[in-house]
Amino acid sequence: MNRLKAELARRILVLDGAMGTMLQQYRFSEEDFRGERFKDYKYPLKGNNDLLSLTQPQAIAEVHAKYFEAGADIVETNTFSGTTIAMADYHMEDLVYELNYESARIAREVADRFTAEHPEKPRFVAGAMGPTNKTASMSPDVNDPGYRAITFDELKTAYKQQAEALTDGGADILLVETVFDTLNAKAALFAIEEMKEERGTDIAVMVSGTITDASGRTLSGQTVEAFLISISHIPLLSVGFNCALGADLLKPYLKRLGQQTELNVSAHPNAGLPNAFGEYDQTPGEMQALIREYLEEHLVNIIGGCCGTTPEHIRLIAEVAAAYEPRKLGTTAL
Amino acid sequence: MENISNNKEDKLPGEQAGRPVRPLKLSGLEPLVVTPESNFINIGERTNVTGSRRFLRLVREEKYEEALNVARAQVEGGAQVIDVNMDEGMIDGVRAMTTFLNLIASEPDIARVPLMIDSSKWEIIEAGLKVVQGKCIVNSISLKEGEEIFIHHAKTVRRYGAAVIVMAFDEVGQADNYERRVAICKRSYDILVDKVGFAPEDIIFDPNIFPVGTGMEEHRKNAVDFFMATRWIRENLPYANVSGGVSNVSFSFRGNNVVREAMNAAFLYHAIQHGMNMGIVNPEMLEVYDEIPEELLTHIEDVLLDRRDDATERLLDYAEQVKGEGKPGEKKNQEWRSEDLQQRITHALVKGIDEFIEDDVEEARQQVSKPIEVIETHLMNGMNVVGDLFGSGKMFLPQVVKSARVMKKAVAYLLPFIEEEKKKLPAGEGASRAVGKILMATVKGDVHDIGKNIVSVVLGCNNYEVVDLGVMVPPEKIIQTALDEKVDIIGLSGLITPSLDEMVYLAQELDKLNINIPVLIGGATTSRAHTAVKIAPAYRETVVHVNDASRAVTVASNLLNEKTKAEYCRSVREEYDKLREGFLSRSKVKEYLSIEEARSNKMQLDWDGYTPVRPEKPGIHRVSVKPEELLGYIDWTPFFRTWQLHGKYPDILTDEVVGEQATLLFEDAKKMMEQLIREEWLQARGVYGLFAVNQVNDDDIAVYDEAGNQVATFLTLRQQSKKNKRAANIALADFIAPEHSGTRDYMGAFCVTAGFGVEERAAAFQKNNDDYNSIMVKALADRFAEAFAEYLHEKVRKEYWGYASGEVLNNEELIKESYKGIRPAPGYPSCPDHLEKRTIWDLLKVEENTGVILTESLAMWPASSVSGYYFGHPESKYFGLGKIREDQVADYAVRRGITEDEARKWLNPNIAD
Repeated sequence: MNRLKAELARRILVLDGAMGTMLQQYRFSEEDFRGERFKDYKYPLKGNNDLLSLTQPQAIAEVHAKYFEAGADIVETNTFSGTTIAMADYHMEDLVYELNYESARIAREVADRFTAEHPEKPRFVAGAMGPTNKTASMSPDVNDPGYRAITFDELKTAYKQQAEALTDGGADILLVETVFDTLNAKAALFAIEEMKEERGTDIAVMVSGTITDASGRTLSGQTVEAFLISISHIPLLSVGFNCALGADLLKPYLKRLGQQTELNVSAHPNAGLPNAFGEYDQTPGEMQALIREYLEEHLVNIIGGCCGTTPEHIRLIAEVAAAYEPRKLGTTAL
Repeated sequence: MENISNNKEDKLPGEQAGRPVRPLKLSGLEPLVVTPESNFINIGERTNVTGSRRFLRLVREEKYEEALNVARAQVEGGAQVIDVNMDEGMIDGVRAMTTFLNLIASEPDIARVPLMIDSSKWEIIEAGLKVVQGKCIVNSISLKEGEEIFIHHAKTVRRYGAAVIVMAFDEVGQADNYERRVAICKRSYDILVDKVGFAPEDIIFDPNIFPVGTGMEEHRKNAVDFFMATRWIRENLPYANVSGGVSNVSFSFRGNNVVREAMNAAFLYHAIQHGMNMGIVNPEMLEVYDEIPEELLTHIEDVLLDRRDDATERLLDYAEQVKGEGKPGEKKNQEWRSEDLQQRITHALVKGIDEFIEDDVEEARQQVSKPIEVIETHLMNGMNVVGDLFGSGKMFLPQVVKSARVMKKAVAYLLPFIEEEKKKLPAGEGASRAVGKILMATVKGDVHDIGKNIVSVVLGCNNYEVVDLGVMVPPEKIIQTALDEKVDIIGLSGLITPSLDEMVYLAQELDKLNINIPVLIGGATTSRAHTAVKIAPAYRETVVHVNDASRAVTVASNLLNEKTKAEYCRSVREEYDKLREGFLSRSKVKEYLSIEEARSNKMQLDWDGYTPVRPEKPGIHRVSVKPEELLGYIDWTPFFRTWQLHGKYPDILTDEVVGEQATLLFEDAKKMMEQLIREEWLQARGVYGLFAVNQVNDDDIAVYDEAGNQVATFLTLRQQSKKNKRAANIALADFIAPEHSGTRDYMGAFCVTAGFGVEERAAAFQKNNDDYNSIMVKALADRFAEAFAEYLHEKVRKEYWGYASGEVLNNEELIKESYKGIRPAPGYPSCPDHLEKRTIWDLLKVEENTGVILTESLAMWPASSVSGYYFGHPESKYFGLGKIREDQVADYAVRRGITEDEARKWLNPNIAD
């Protein structure tokens, strides 16, 4: 963690781009998703990208390598849906520990290989902890606003299992990301704190929220400032935003966030907004121009890409990031 | 608040030169940052079951929608944080906290502010922390249970991401002087910051605000010590904040709002000066500091700052003078007359002032083209304000009924003009456009109508046309009228248990006739559970249980709005289906004994060691009494409940929420009572009888005349639910010596009424569009009847029977029933069998002796009447029969000499499914 903090103090770190976008290019079939191990599984498995860490580990390692080659300092593990809650869709709750452990291990191996090759540029693994597909502070039933499909305790239990597996597999960072309901994120943070205390260890934690639309609020209704206040009770490496919006629309919120915090600020926006077919068509060059504006205004310490971004996007972002100073943290740090 | 905060000195104690700012940051959907520049942070305290009877009632009855309105009103009223407290014995605190906070989360206009989770129970606090996405405040933790638990709580609170209130409380007790406050706060702070790693700005100390002016020497420095401790905390415990519950300081001046409000304001002013930066304040119990009259302020500050030895005595003397003077500014009372017309009309409606309404309405009439427009604009605008205030809990029922009186008076004035106008128009036009037509009726056999009348008035206020069929309305008439008048909703009311079956019957009939009019169910004996389990399934249209006048309007508008109706009806049905399933599955769990088993587990009293007292005046006697003699026997608490003001008399008069209204209502009641006594509006007459008796065949009581001939048999019912070991299955007969004991025992029966003359008075008021007084006179007659029963019971105990001739009790003890012996009434939990009234009627010749008659459902007419038995055994007590089984029903039918079907009809509410 010291190495990570030292690097962050020195320069802007680059996060990788989309995993899902890259995996789509392999056009894996149902059989590919199943592999030998799950060929007789009772339920359809196509689309369970996290499972590919077990059935197509080579592809996952390849994607990580491509992003490191493009200049990323940190790659995210292939574990966006790696909780019992999200895996329930595939009836694979029992595999959650293994999925996270293996995903972290694959990323760790690739990162260590690159670090060995270029010791001057150490590479890091961020264990991705997605938002799950349920919300703890909103009701899925408009007629029953008091109802909750998931409780804090259920989330905490699921996140703790994920956090432990990611840590055991070798992650340097736990990245609580795409937060659309702050209560879910608080459950993840609670779980991480509990794990840290029980094991007597420390691990860097990044939190990245999602502003869903032009209202400038999270899906659960919080403003940028309220979101920040709600997750600032435990030590964080960074706070930031990802997904939902492109770099241009995200900028004002990132600015507001930076004005309110002494923490490092991260951003990994989408490659613009999706077109009518749900595809992202912002080119690497276009995105680079927008990110350059971030850098000129010193808005970020960690920068990367989310949906629709590719190694080429990251290559151009890394190229421009190297040319700028990181955002300065306040002198009155807590 | 504004001018208090602006008065503060340039530098507050918490703001130390050179110290970086570390503000307390909180969040709901929006942030709240407490900086040194912030004004005092005002924490709303209404969503607290320990401080608001209204909120308590809403939570208890699970009326969460209205409970949310309480929260919303606070946020709209300027509360920057809202305190939520569910600490009450009858409430499942964990569940209530979870449910309420979940519901708040879906109301963005409430959820925008941070919450304060307030409980003395850790599990409730933790339940709250688990459902709040923002950074809230926990209220509170302390060293009370030692350091280990304190650390555990603090660590957990931090992990959930909340700030915390720390009470100045340790293992020894609450800090009650300056030194202890400082020592405990310092110790707490050091543990939190050094051992737990708690952010110091997230610590809020509550150094205990205690009452002053109590007359106790040790309380003299309560305020000063608080101020000094506050300053010390802000200067010596970096970044920590200070909060407190302000109104506690003036606790000993309850009942004198002038002094209380001024004292709260003065305390707050000084506390802020000393560095208190947030607090729980009731804005209605707060005078503006600058507006406190100088003399009063001097007296108050003498007490707060402990400036003179005789400060408390001087303030008490002075307080006597200002008591009841009302707020300064009372002279402004007539100023509203100079406002514009709409404001005057609105004011008259909101305040219930009918003095000028006709002049104002006339003025309005001159300004509009058609007289009906005055109703549709001026008056409806005003009534909408009334409706909003009532809906948000800022107005109370007695006020709304007064508003209705003004409204009716205005409409009555306009009617001739409207009729005149109609003649000029083609038919059909110009009629008043009511939002809906609602039939209201008290069902067949039942005579109680106070609640129904209140709902009618409130509906009328909200522009519904009400067709009121009165009391004892047969089902055919309800149905025929509903069809003839094309009503949109049928409202049914009832107070006695047989009315429940009438309602079920009516629902079945409506269904048979393919009628599609929604039904509202209300009245003291009705319940959501009964409606869901028995009435709703009988009728394809929607049936809603409404036991609160304010809810009636919401329900009616939901039912009549084309857009919401389908969805609303679906949700009601779903809710009731769920309730019914839950109810049915729950009731199966209960275990019952056979009637034989229950009898063998009857209550065994020691008859050998007991000598019954022979009545001084055996036989049947008439009694009459002057109403004024009953005054001391009146239990006022139910009177306030009738008006939907909840709280115990006399505390209710000073209740922070409803106190003011309760006091006004009470004054009106006393005024009417004086008139009622002076002009002899009602006659209190009754009859009682005292007889030799014995328990026979376990459950029956044989009644003998003086010659020893059996003249009547009282049938009692026996509890059948399986008891814990040692508890008996009781029947009233157990309190009477059995025949085989060889002891002759005694008991009595009675009927009293205060109802004659009442109907006429009520009708006269109603004719004058004065529902307020019409309801008032009935409510008072009910109280007199109950008082009469209490009075007569005392006479019986002490003189006529005389088994307790030495008894000395005050009124409060009477109400608490701390005397020996009971007077259970047929139709109530110990003996739900209404048929027993017929036995009493025959035995005492009640109709002949008092004029009180029984309706076909065995309600007493006039309604303000009470009847029952007297049991004198010192072990006799009130109990609830609970559910009985079919074997007892069959046994009872034989004893009563009726068919099982008929028995089932009368005992239906008590028969286990």
